[in-house]
Parts: sequence; C-alpha cells; structure tokens
Amino acid sequence: MPASPSSAPASVSDVAAGLRAVGYIPGESTALVSFLATRLGKPVLVEGPAGVGKTELAKALARYLGRELVRLQCYEGLDEAKALYEWNYRKQLLRIQAEASGTGWDAVQEDIFGEEFLLARPLMTAIASEEPVVLLIDEIDKTDQEFEAMLLEVLSDFQISIPELGRVESHTHPVVLLTSNNSRELTEALKRRCLYLWLDYPELEHELEIVRLHAPELGETVARRLVEVIGMVRTLDLKKPPSIAESIDWARTLLLLGVEDIDAETFTETMSVIVKHRTDMDVVAERVGLKLGSPADVA
Amino acid sequence: MSPEPEGLPARILELGEELRREGVAVGTSEMLDAFGVLREISWTSQEDFREALAATLAKSQEDRRVFELVFDRFFFRATEIEAARQGVHEEDMASFGELSPEELDALRAQIAAALRDGSEGAMRDLARMAIAAFARPQEGSGVIGVDVQRIRRALGLRAEPQPDLPPEDPRRDGVPREALRRFEALLRRELERSQIERTGDLPPARPLGDLDRALPSGPLADLAAVHRVVAQLRRRLATQGLQARGHRRHAHVDVRRTMRASLQTGGVPVVLKYRPRRPRRPEIYVLCDVSTSVTSASVFFLSVLHALHDTFRKMRSFVFIERISEVTDIFEHERNFKTVSERIANDAGVADISGYTDYGRVWSEFLVQVEDDLHPRATVIVLGDARTNGRDPRADIFAQIAARAGRTFWLNPEPRLYWNYGDSVIAAYEQFCTAFECWTTAQLEDFVRALARPGLTLAR
Repeated sequence: MPASPSSAPASVSDVAAGLRAVGYIPGESTALVSFLATRLGKPVLVEGPAGVGKTELAKALARYLGRELVRLQCYEGLDEAKALYEWNYRKQLLRIQAEASGTGWDAVQEDIFGEEFLLARPLMTAIASEEPVVLLIDEIDKTDQEFEAMLLEVLSDFQISIPELGRVESHTHPVVLLTSNNSRELTEALKRRCLYLWLDYPELEHELEIVRLHAPELGETVARRLVEVIGMVRTLDLKKPPSIAESIDWARTLLLLGVEDIDAETFTETMSVIVKHRTDMDVVAERVGLKLGSPADVA
Repeated sequence: MSPEPEGLPARILELGEELRREGVAVGTSEMLDAFGVLREISWTSQEDFREALAATLAKSQEDRRVFELVFDRFFFRATEIEAARQGVHEEDMASFGELSPEELDALRAQIAAALRDGSEGAMRDLARMAIAAFARPQEGSGVIGVDVQRIRRALGLRAEPQPDLPPEDPRRDGVPREALRRFEALLRRELERSQIERTGDLPPARPLGDLDRALPSGPLADLAAVHRVVAQLRRRLATQGLQARGHRRHAHVDVRRTMRASLQTGGVPVVLKYRPRRPRRPEIYVLCDVSTSVTSASVFFLSVLHALHDTFRKMRSFVFIERISEVTDIFEHERNFKTVSERIANDAGVADISGYTDYGRVWSEFLVQVEDDLHPRATVIVLGDARTNGRDPRADIFAQIAARAGRTFWLNPEPRLYWNYGDSVIAAYEQFCTAFECWTTAQLEDFVRALARPGLTLAR
C-alpha cells in the first residue's frame, strides 16, 4: 500500500479550519471522519437525507487538500465499461484496417491492446493518476449489488485487474468518499471496508452559520428567523423536506427582494423556493403560514 | 501503542463484545479499524474518542443509536466500578439531614425552574439533591425505575399543564417533555451510582429494550418511515423483475423475424430471432380489514395498499369490516395518502351495526362481485387478523375464491404466537392460502419478495 500522502493534515482542528477556509462548515464528526480518512486511507461512506452537503463535502475536501476531484455518478445499470475502463474499439478497428495488408495477426494483437486504446473511466482515472486525487462515488445506492461487489477490489487494494494488460495499481492514495441516500441497504462487505459518517440536517446554529457564509449580506435577525422557519418546515411530514442548498437559495431570494422580516405574506410568496411538491405546499402553508402570523404580530 | 494506559485495549474489546451482544455486527476488521483510529486520535478528548469509535464500529444510523446507548452505559459502569475499587467516593449529599417543608418547596421550585430553562449544568446537582431529599436508602424500593418515578412525583413534575398551581409556579404550564426525560435519566444515573458505591459491585447489565433502541419518533415520522420503506420496495420490485427477465432464456423462435433477418445473409438464417417473452402482468385483488381490532395495523396496511397501487397497474382494492366496499377508484384518483384514508373512513360504508368483522359475509360478497373476473393468473391478497368475533368463518367460500384465483396470500398483523388463540381462525384459512406474519416493514419485504417471485405456487 502506498504511504499516506505528504499533504496529510496533522490534527482534527486543522481539517475543520481548512474546510472552513474553502467555504464548507463541517460539523464535529464530519471534520473528525475526514481527518481519519486522510490519515488511514480508508474510504468513507457518507449517508444522510438528500441535500445535507454529502457531495459538497467531497468537493470541499478536494479544494482543501489541493487535489483533483474525480467523480463517478452512479445510476441503475452502471457497469464496468462506464466505471472502470473500456477498449476504444473504433480506434482499434482503424488501426487494424490501416495495417491490414502484410502484418501478421500477432503483431496487430500486441498493438491493439495497449494503453493507447484504453478509455479510462472515473475509477481507472483515480487509480492511475500520478497526483493524489479525491474520488467521489456518488449515490452508490442507485447501483445494483453486482457493481458494489466489483468496487470491493478497488476500495480495499486500490488496484484494477485488466485481463489483457495485467494489474493497474495506484501510485498514490486517493481519498475516497461514497455517498448514499439510503434508498437501498448496502452490503456488509462494502460497509466493512469503510468508515461511516451520518450527515443529518444541521443544528440551528450550525445552519445559521452556513446561511450567513453563503449570503453574508442578509441581516442577522432575518437569517436566524429563516433558519428557524426551515427547522419548523422540516418537522412536518413532507415528500421532500428542504435541504441546506434550498435554505441558501431562499436566503438569496429574500436578499434579492430586500425583505426585512419573514412574515406570513412573504413566506407564502417565496415558499416555492424551499418546498417543491404541490401537496407539500398545502401542508406547509397551512401549518407554518399560520404560525408566522401577520407582520404586526412579528414586530 | 505505548502512550495508552494498559487497560484501554482490553476495554475497547469489551465494548465491541457488548455491542455484539446488542446485535451490532462488529467484526474483527472493525475492531482493527477502531484500534487504527485510536492511534490517530487522542483518547483524552471524549467527543473525538466517541466519534472515532462510532465511525469504525457503527455502520448505519440504527447501529449508531445503539452504539450511543451502549457507549454511555459501558463507560459509566467501567468508571464507577473502578472508583468503587479504589475507594473514591462522591461527597455524601445525604448528610444535610431533614429538610423543613419550606426548604423542600424551595427545592421543588428550583428544580422546576432549571428544567424550564434547560440549564444542563445545574440539573445534575439538583438531581443529587433531590435524591438526598426524597429517596432515603431505607425507603428505596431497590428497583431504580420505581424510585425515579417516586422522586418525580414527589417533586410534582409533570409534562401536562397543572392549572391549579399558583401562576408564578414554573410547573404551571407543564415541564418541557424533553427536559423532564433528561432529568429522569440523570436521576437514574445518580441512583445507579450510589447503588454501586453502596454495594461495591455492578448490578447485572440490562439488555437494551426495543423501546430504548427505537429511534425517537412521533406518529408523523412513523408514517414517513412506512412510506420510505414502501418507496424502497417499489424500486426493489422494479429491479427484481428486470433481473428475473434477464435470467430466463427465451425458448420460442420467432420465425417471421428470423426469415426477415436471414435476407441480409442471402436467405441463410445465421441469426435466430426469438419471440420476446412478455413479462407476466400481475392482476391483484387486495382485501383490507379496517375494523377496530386492527386499528393500529390498518394505517400500515393502507399505506401498503397505496404503494401497491403505484406499482401494479391492474389492481383492485377492497376494504371490509362487516361488508365489503371497492376502493380502487379512490386510490387511483387520489395521490395523497391522508386524503385517501379520510375518504375511506368517511364514504366506504363498510360498517353496518356492530362494527365487528364478519368474514363469512365478506367472502360471499367478494365472490359475488368478482366471480367472473377471477382467473388463474390473478392474485388475491387479504390483509387482516382473521378474528371472526365468534361468527362462522365460512372457510368453504374462501376455498372457492382461492380455487379460482391463481395465488392467495394472507398478511396477518399479529405475531405468529397469537394465531389461533381466542377468536383467531387463521388455521381454517391457512390451508387454502399462504399466510405471512406482517407487522414490521422487514416482514413486508419478505412478502414482496415472495410476491415478485413468479414460481411460487400454493401449498394446498
């Protein structure tokens, strides 16, 4: 196994400060697990509801560590050819045609299964890269179990076996993040190889900090009120509770409208930024709109 | 690992052992990882120590919850027994003698105020004072849970508002439930501590009850959980069907398409074209009991029904108590689950006089309604507890239904242990259908797996 990268941070607080510096405000356990991931070289399985910053964490880590981010977006039916590597068979064909006359089969065969004809897909790119990278395997729960099994080799030994070429081993140690929305139970074998990080909706103060970071011009009181309302909306039984990204969008919307305070009227007008289902909107308007009351009450 | 104290690796192993006893899958590789992270993390910072262990040992949200509980209990007990062995005692609070009634009242008010303001630091000291004042060891029942409740009552702490108290009393509007729960936990902990100090020994560890283990949730969260699982089921059903289709080899050669393809190769049929195999489209009839004996289960069942409707196109649903009523339309036109359950409650008109389930009548009405449509490719699913309230089960009519339909399933919301006790007559029906125990989402998944498997036939 390659040694841990030289740029590895020295302590948890270093990681926390570093992530902050690149615009990601980590929770306590987030910083800790990121630190462990860089030190131990183990992949991290990040789970949590949609929109709590799982993907964003990978991006921030890449920025902080000064590494390239290689992203593999998973979906149903994703296979080795799309994730690992593929032979560029058009190019192979052309080569064969170009040399068609006179060359023996053996010579051509030697030729066409070389690295020149290999199309590297994300996993291959991450492993073969000269510089250490951050590898993000996004929404791993969308793939099937067979694909997960294939990942095991990559994740535990950081190598890929290509029948025609032999083994490709990693020169450097990538930091690997796997994200999951928990739409399917992942296999024990995969979990065993990972550190586990559960990201939940942030605490009030934490989210307030995030919103203020992304919309610094928004007044302190409005921002606090906004975060409180978002918290209220999240306690309802919704098809899709508002995510952090949506709180930020809402903050920017309010900023754009020049709103001083969130009252029932502004809320109903701008609600569509945070609630995206018709049935959800009815529920939210009914439950939260009433609580907000008229402008006079709030003041 | 020289800087660590000698006992730590042993403690970690014990913790892993205890987690295994509570059903968390902690393997050797997890233990190795745990030691790996402890080399990177200073064990003196409690938060880091706990988070690092959690990241390596608990690999799902449920496991994480169990981990928190076990971690707290484990290290609390480990510290206490060590203190008892080394003869370290907390300063004895009980020494401040009898308190006058006025002083007791002041203490009550102080505790209530602390709970209302949620001041965590003060709470622990107040809990110890409360124990000293209200729970003298000679009066203690010996059962900690009982003592905790006795002290809470003596303090007059309640979550509900108590309007007969004077207006300035902080207990008047009720103590916040969450604060009250924390205070009880502190009381429990302090009582355990004094018990360990007294006896110099640990009481036997109590395994976590299901109640402790469950994630804290309200009824809304429960419903959301059912929906989430059901959404997962739908996904799983979709991919499973795909898999089954892929594995089966097509057997029938499509002559016409083969001939056509052979034109490319000068009339020689080089490539055989197969007739695509149409996936069997299930036709499903669901009967759902909505009577009072299954009230707790019927929300669960209705949401199952709701999800099934999203998945299968050819499906007819019926609800029944004393008589039967078709609700297919409601499910098809209404996407919102709440409205569906309201409309069923209001317009279905399934209760006659008594409101008790009458299975005999339900079967005969069902047979009359769908007799002509039932055929061997249809599946009938009954959701109910098979409690007839002493009426005739009419298993003979049920047998007719089962004979006409291809497959018949019964989902019973009661644990298998209670089947055929009292007025449950599931045995009479079970000989004509496959019965499943179904009161958790996991069991529901088992059933759906069976449903999606085409080869499953009836055990008659």
